[in-house]
Amino acid sequence: MNRFDFLRPASVAEAVAAAAEPGSAYLAAGTNLLDLMKIGASRPERLIDISRLPGLDRIEWLADGSVRIGAMVRNADLAYDARLAKAFPSVAEALLSGASAQLRNAATVGGNLMQRTRCAYLQDTASACNRRVPGSGCDALYGENRLHAVLGWSENCIAIHPSDFCVPLVALDAVVEVEGADGRREIVVDDLHRLPGATPEKETALAPGELIVGLRLPAAAAAFSANSRYLKLRERTSYAFAVVSAMAALRIEDGTISEARLALGAIAAKPWRVREAEAALLGVTPSVEAFARAAEIALAEARPSGDNAFKIELARRITVRALTLALEGTPAVMPALPASPFSTDPGASHVA
Amino acid sequence: MSLSISLTINRQSRTVTLDDPRVTLLDLLREHLYLTGTKKGCDRGQCGACTVLVDGRRINSCLSLAASLDGAEITTIEGLAVGEALHPVQAAFIACDGFQCGYCTPGQIMSAVGLIAEGRAGSDPERIRELMSGNLCRCGAYQGITEAVLEAQKTMTAEKGRDAA
Amino acid sequence: MSPETNPSHAPRYGSNMGQPLTRRDGLLKVTGRATYAADNHPPGMLYAVTAVSKIARGRVTSLDVAAAKAHSGVVEVMTPANRPPLAHDPDEKMPPFGFRVEVLQNDRVRYVNQPIALVIAQTLEAATEGAMLLDPQYDAQDARVERADGELYDPPAIGVGAPPGAAYGDIDAGLARAAHLVEAEYFTPAQYHNAMEPHAVVAEWDGDRVMLDMPNQALALSCASYAAYFGIPAENVTIRSPFLGGGFGSKAILNGPQILAILAARMLGRPVKLALTRSQMYGPVGHRGATWQTLRIGTDGDGQLTGLHHRAIAATSSFDDFLEPAANASLPLYASPAILVEHKGLRLDTGTPGPMRAPGEASGSAALEVAMDEAAEACGMDPLDFRLKNYAETEPGTGKPFSSKALRACYAEGAKRFGWSRRPLEAGQMRDEKGFLVGWGMGTAVFHCPHFPAEARATLRADGTALVETAGADMGQGAWTALAQIAAEALGLDPQQVELHSGLSTLPDGGIAGGSGHTASAGLALNNASKDAIARLTDLATGNPQSPLFGAGNIGVIARNGRLHRRDDETRSQSYAEILAGAGQPEVVGTAKAARDPSVGAAHALYSHGAVFAEVKIDPDLGQIRTTRLVGAFAAGRIINPRLVRSQYFGGMIWGASFALHEEAVTDRRTGRIMNADLAEYHVPVNADVPSLDAILIPEDDPYINPIGVKGVGEIGITGTVGAIANAVWHATGKRLRRFPIRIEDVIG
Repeated sequence: MNRFDFLRPASVAEAVAAAAEPGSAYLAAGTNLLDLMKIGASRPERLIDISRLPGLDRIEWLADGSVRIGAMVRNADLAYDARLAKAFPSVAEALLSGASAQLRNAATVGGNLMQRTRCAYLQDTASACNRRVPGSGCDALYGENRLHAVLGWSENCIAIHPSDFCVPLVALDAVVEVEGADGRREIVVDDLHRLPGATPEKETALAPGELIVGLRLPAAAAAFSANSRYLKLRERTSYAFAVVSAMAALRIEDGTISEARLALGAIAAKPWRVREAEAALLGVTPSVEAFARAAEIALAEARPSGDNAFKIELARRITVRALTLALEGTPAVMPALPASPFSTDPGASHVA
Repeated sequence: MSLSISLTINRQSRTVTLDDPRVTLLDLLREHLYLTGTKKGCDRGQCGACTVLVDGRRINSCLSLAASLDGAEITTIEGLAVGEALHPVQAAFIACDGFQCGYCTPGQIMSAVGLIAEGRAGSDPERIRELMSGNLCRCGAYQGITEAVLEAQKTMTAEKGRDAA
Repeated sequence: MSPETNPSHAPRYGSNMGQPLTRRDGLLKVTGRATYAADNHPPGMLYAVTAVSKIARGRVTSLDVAAAKAHSGVVEVMTPANRPPLAHDPDEKMPPFGFRVEVLQNDRVRYVNQPIALVIAQTLEAATEGAMLLDPQYDAQDARVERADGELYDPPAIGVGAPPGAAYGDIDAGLARAAHLVEAEYFTPAQYHNAMEPHAVVAEWDGDRVMLDMPNQALALSCASYAAYFGIPAENVTIRSPFLGGGFGSKAILNGPQILAILAARMLGRPVKLALTRSQMYGPVGHRGATWQTLRIGTDGDGQLTGLHHRAIAATSSFDDFLEPAANASLPLYASPAILVEHKGLRLDTGTPGPMRAPGEASGSAALEVAMDEAAEACGMDPLDFRLKNYAETEPGTGKPFSSKALRACYAEGAKRFGWSRRPLEAGQMRDEKGFLVGWGMGTAVFHCPHFPAEARATLRADGTALVETAGADMGQGAWTALAQIAAEALGLDPQQVELHSGLSTLPDGGIAGGSGHTASAGLALNNASKDAIARLTDLATGNPQSPLFGAGNIGVIARNGRLHRRDDETRSQSYAEILAGAGQPEVVGTAKAARDPSVGAAHALYSHGAVFAEVKIDPDLGQIRTTRLVGAFAAGRIINPRLVRSQYFGGMIWGASFALHEEAVTDRRTGRIMNADLAEYHVPVNADVPSLDAILIPEDDPYINPIGVKGVGEIGITGTVGAIANAVWHATGKRLRRFPIRIEDVIG
């Protein structure tokens, strides 16, 4: 990796001021940034170490029942927070299905929100990548792309967002708190990650130098606690990124769905919330047919970006399954293999 | 630019001067402090061979900048045994044949120590397998590793019981 | 002499199983005190990092050496322009196992991740960044990485010098009279060894002598090869390889980066350390080449084979040949009146493949065992019954008797433990209580038994203990433990009284740790050296009038528990220490060379066997697969240490699971770059992938294989497993999948 200046600001204000300098990057745990620096895919001139900034490592429950999570709270600490896991079980399950125990012990909430795509062409400095070098092209297109995006992609970029955590966050209307040179603002997570369009290098809605300091989950999201699930398909049982994933959450009143939340992971450059599918479930008596209809709606716009048409069908199926599992109810204890199909009951919903 | 940090490594306080901010915790341990028990398998957080405890928690030392760890308490494989007395996890790895080539072993053992401290697996082998999945073993010693974690946990619980009595 | 009448055989085998001792190196390995190559730090050491090619074919047109040298800490940059000469032409193969290597002999690029420069610096960080700053520019030619791009050719040899084919009987006639004919093509991808320890070397020169700390599976051979490269006598090269962090074949053969690091140490007059990064291991250190295999199996109305035709196209590099001898997997296993195996080579722009755990057997058996399952299905037979129906009582083709073959017992015991008799014949019949598709499959495991020449020395010391020495390699198989057990038995000592020195090239040549042959090869040498030491000790005792053994003659004593006893009166005995003291000698030294008597292989077919049974569970809608249960039963001659052997079988079976469901190098068809050259996306199994493993050790007494009765266990575990899992996937889903690894989309598609 390149040599860089290493700064340890004492406060958020100092950090934000330091980041005004071009070429700066915030360093939290480093599980993503250092990796990219080692392979030369990222070469910041200044690292601003925010991992020890005071006040960012707390989980605070607010009077209205919402929760404010400091950006430096570690993934494992959040996932194992008993109150959080009870109120937002799919968030905990998604966190625990990501990476490894070691990485979850280090990786931060803010870092997870800001993690880059795993696209091999972004990582490979000899390849064209519009995210890494704007205007250079996209070698993933027509390349090895069986796990690339099927929704929201453009000719300029077909990468996917790799986060598990962010999938329930978009579904649950989570909000990030951002500190920048112009002060504090809030961005709903669904607006944080951007689709590539013509400017894939603009990966998030953050302005240069802006720092995520916290994440809020609204109290209303806890209303799904009895019926939510995160489900993730992988090419090995654990310690792998998703092939596709889904978060489903339902509120059931008098046998009908009074509210639904649905988001898909690993199919687009952002965690993919499907509001139309949610709307289609409103007032419906839950059934496999209703869920299949929602899945059709969710994937209606999907088209392969390469050798990945199978992901569309797989995304439909995981949508049905996630909704089915949500209907069955949140497991009383966290499954031994969080989010794994092998921790679930595939039942009789056989469509193969 | 030179940076001075204080670390407690295996119960010993040390002040380390870094001439280069790029040094990871793993390379600091191996190349500067000659604590070579911690291994480099991928240098990218993809194999777990470099697992150490930082402030009691298992992490991948390859993805941690030494400069950002000022004040941290670090335990490596060299700091696990007390004198000649092996840590129960170390003893269990020998008894259960939880390794072959031995290269991933320090990471596996530190990860197992971390896992037991976290207390999330209980005696459920499936949970242990899942929570040890961040440590690759190309020789395929997984069955012995899982058995070793179970056995060590039992030993440690019994020891704790004895201490309490 | 038959084994029944050979007195030395009868007591030797006993239960056929030795003691399940824990590993001798266990304490060092669990405390972090076991030193691997990259753990060494001689004073004044510099760090070397290779810069590697990003193109698959063409030329390097520029390297920004000035930028690299300007980086603080960089000491030197080695490129083709300043690379010191080597005494051996790297474009010439070095027998017996040497490959052509890329060591900056010119600006040519022949594969991705080929070294194109070496940066040497004061620190690892500086060397790494220096290599990045070289910013190579290329004149690239089209990469030939797909089957259709490569040049097909008829190879003169496959594997390490084996003939490229074999034909027994009339294959056309056999297939023509078949009642059922199964024909299919199978694909196995490029796979990379990915030992957990990256290839590393610490090189330190002293004049024209060099000390190399490096993981090495073939010490003597490597010393000779390095000596040839550096123009020095072989004895001037010392290799220390006390521990290998896994080898799997990739650390038996010289590679370019290590040669360059040694060269840099000589050039700069300082010790140099080089450790490859994980991604750099995808190129210059060998791999399992891709294969495309076609099988044709004919069976008559009773399910008897009428013909077996196995043809393999094996990928190799554009500039050297290592062809996965995949089709040879069809030679030793099933009785057929006609067998034809053939190989074609396919030249691609990749690094040269090499031996990787069960080279040929792994990929060949993967195809064969699935094809056999398909043939069983065509005959409407249970896959196990079908294999028993075609059980080879003698080696097919040659008709040679097997030196031993307890495969029937493997089938029977494995099937029993697994519960095979409850398996429905048809596919898609089983669901578990939760609704997962369940499938059961099986495969036959087989591996040949090579034997490498080896030497050893055994010293009985004044205190009655022994030191035994041979330059072997423990890469995790447990050589230090098993070899000491063999020596201890021959010496009549407890293993704790036997000190073993190994992993150092100055010791007697321990042969090659490969081909599952190390325990047999080095073990026989140690056995013979130990017996030589005992014979010499016996001479001291029986020739000493003061000894109770005086006059017994060397045939008249037995060595046991550190004492020599008279055979005719076992109460009369003397301890080794007493004998040495009586003779006024501090020690007695036995030596031996051991190799296989060629008549053994001429008279007998030499193989280990096994049967693997697999259960998979598959999500019916989502297609994710898990190997929920593997039961293997193996017969591999005498077992020295059942604990270690079980671990070897488990390891092999996990490699089989990995082959079947996980591993594949994904190459960009335009550039030839491997897009998953890491451990995040190149999937090897994690702990949660193999929840249940069982290995049954079938007793097998082999009176012919070698005087210690040992076959080999390191590789056989893969061979039956790949097919067993693929067959289980078929049994769960009804889908015959012939492309490895089996992926989610294959199952749901």
